[in-house]
Amino acid sequence: MIKNKSNYWKTNLKYLASLLIVWFTVSFLFGIVFAEYLNQFKLGGFPLGFWFAHQGAIYVFVILIFIYVYLMNRLDKKYDVDEI
Amino acid sequence: MSAQIWTYLLVGVTFCIYMIIAIVARAGSTKEFYVAGGGVHPIVNGMATAADWMSAASFLSMAGLIAFMGFSGGQYLMGWTGGYVLLALLLAPYLRKFGKFTVPDFIGERYYSKNARLVALICALFISFTYVVGQMKGVGVAFARFLNVPFDTGVLIGIGIVFFYAVLGGMKGITYTQVAQFCVLIFAFTVPAIYISLQMTGNPIPQVGFGSKGTDGVYLLEKLNLLSQDLGFDAYTSIDKGNLVNMFFITGALMFGTAGLPHVIVRFFTVPRVKDARISAGWALLFIAILYTTAPAVAVFARTNIINTLSEKPYAEVPQWFTNWEKTGLLTFDDKNKDGIIQYVADAQINELTVDQDIIVLANPEIANLPPWVIGLVVAGGLAAALSTAAGLLLVISTSISHDLLKNYLRPDISEKNELYAARVAIAVAVVAAGLAGLNPPGFVAQVVALAFGLAASSFFPAIILGIFDKRMNKEGAITGMIVGIVFTASYIIYFKPQLGGPGLPENFWWGISPEGIGTLGMILNFVIALIVSRFTIAPPMEVQELTERIRTPRGSVSPKNNSH
Repeated sequence: MIKNKSNYWKTNLKYLASLLIVWFTVSFLFGIVFAEYLNQFKLGGFPLGFWFAHQGAIYVFVILIFIYVYLMNRLDKKYDVDEI
Repeated sequence: MSAQIWTYLLVGVTFCIYMIIAIVARAGSTKEFYVAGGGVHPIVNGMATAADWMSAASFLSMAGLIAFMGFSGGQYLMGWTGGYVLLALLLAPYLRKFGKFTVPDFIGERYYSKNARLVALICALFISFTYVVGQMKGVGVAFARFLNVPFDTGVLIGIGIVFFYAVLGGMKGITYTQVAQFCVLIFAFTVPAIYISLQMTGNPIPQVGFGSKGTDGVYLLEKLNLLSQDLGFDAYTSIDKGNLVNMFFITGALMFGTAGLPHVIVRFFTVPRVKDARISAGWALLFIAILYTTAPAVAVFARTNIINTLSEKPYAEVPQWFTNWEKTGLLTFDDKNKDGIIQYVADAQINELTVDQDIIVLANPEIANLPPWVIGLVVAGGLAAALSTAAGLLLVISTSISHDLLKNYLRPDISEKNELYAARVAIAVAVVAAGLAGLNPPGFVAQVVALAFGLAASSFFPAIILGIFDKRMNKEGAITGMIVGIVFTASYIIYFKPQLGGPGLPENFWWGISPEGIGTLGMILNFVIALIVSRFTIAPPMEVQELTERIRTPRGSVSPKNNSH
C-alpha cells in the first residue's frame, strides 16, 4: 500500500512535469523568446510567433488542463484512490 | 429606439435578474455563505470562476491596451490565462482535498502557526481590497458615462446592488449571480466582435477573422502593419526586442499571481469532490478563453478602423461617435498645424489625435456602425464584469474577517449563528468601505493592482506549492520565504513607481524588469530562501507530514466543515 502510494505520487509528478514543460514552451518560449524566429512562418495571415502570444498559447492551456484531468482520473482508478 | 433607451432597458433587465437570483439563492448557514454549501456543479463553478476572474479591466480596458501595444500585449493574454494551468495542476485539487474554507486556513494549519495564518490573512485582505476599489470605480465610470448620472451616484447604485446580493446570498448567492453575469458579459463581448469580423473579413469567427483577408483581398494584419508603419508606428505584429526580458517577467508575474489570488483559489472549495476541482479549472479557463481569444481580434479591428476612419480626414467631417467621445475628454484632437485635417502619427510633435485605450471596447460598436442595442449590451456586459468581480472579492474580505480573524484567532467559541451574522456585517462594512474608497480613489489605486499580483505571486504561490509538494517544508522556511518575498517585491514596486512616491527611474530597472514583472523574481527568491531555511531547521511535526501525505490522494475528501482545529 505504501509502495503503491509512492508510485502514484511519482506518476503524478511525471505527468505534471510533462504538462508543465508544454505550458512553458508554448507561452514563454514560442510566444516570447523564439517569437521573432517563428514570425518568419505564417499561419494564414498570422505570423506564427505573434499567433502563439495572442491565440495559440491560450488554446494549448485549455487542452492541457483537460488532458491532465483525463490522466489523473485514470491514475486515481488504477491506484484505487478515486472518489465515489 | 435609441442607444440610450436600449442601455437603460438592458441594464435594468439584467439587474432585475441578478436580484431575483440573489433572493432565490440566499445563504442559510456559514457553509453556504463561505463555499455555497460545497455542492456546486463543476461547470457552474467554472462559469462563476470566469465571471469572478474577468473584471472591468478585462472587459473594458484589455482590448484597448492590446490595440496600442501590438505584439507585447500578449503578456496580458498569456499571463491572465496561463495561471489556470498552474491552478488546475498544482493547487486546486490538493486544496480541495484539504477541505477548509480559506487560504489562511491552509497556511495556518499546514505551517502549524497562528503567525503564519495572520501573515496570510493580512496579505489576503490587502490584495482583495486594492482590487475591489478599482472595480467600484469601474462601476461608477460605466454608469456615469452611459446612464448620464454623476459619477458618485453611479458608485452608490453599484454599492446598493452588490450590498443586496452579497450580504443576502454570501457565496451561494454570488455563485449563481455570477453565472448569469458570465452569460451577459460573454454575449456582450462576442456579439459586437462577430458583427465587426463579418463586416471586415466576411468570417463570423473573430479568432479566425483577424488572421484572414479583408474585403480588399489583403490579409488584415498585413494591412494593419503597413498602415502603422506609414504613420511611423512599429508594425503591429513586430517584436519589441528590447522589451522581451520584461515581457517574460510580466507574463510570469501575472500567471503566478493569478494562481495565488485568494478570490480565485477559494472558488475551488465550492465543488463536491477533488476531481470536480480539477475539471472545474478546465471549464473556467475554457470560458475565460472565449473572451481572451476574442480580445486580440477586437484590438486589431479597432486599431484598423480608427486609422481608416480618422487618419488624414478633415476634422469637420468626423462621425458622430467622435464628437460624443470628445465630450468625455477621452478622445482629443489638437490641430497643431491648423490645416483642419487629423494627423494621427507616432511622432508626438506632429500627432494631433489622442485616444484613451479605455474607450476602445465601448466605442467599438459605434465606430463600426452597429445597431443601437449592441451598444446597450456592451454597457450591461461591462457592469456585469465589474459587479461579479467586486462581489467575489468582497466575499474573501468578509470571510477573512469573520472566519480567519474572529473564529480562528480571536473568538474560537463563537456560535455558527453569530459567525454567519458576523460574516454578513463584515461584508456589509466591506461593500461600503470599498464604495467610499471607489468614490474617492487615492491616485495610487490603479498602480497597486500591480502590487496585488506581485504580492500574490511572491507570497501565497510558493507557500502553498511548497506546503503540498515538499513534505519537509516547515514553518520557519515558509514564513521566512513569504516575508522575504513580500518585502523584496513591495520595496521594488514602491521604489520604481513614481505614482507611489518612488524615486527610481526606468533606466535603473534590474535587467530591464519593470515593477509589474518583479513578482516573478520575488517568487523565485521566496522558493530559494524557504528551501534553504527549512533544511537548516527542524522538520515539521509528524501530524503535519501526515496531513501533507493525505492531501496528495483524492479518496476520502470531505465537504468543508466549520470546526476549528
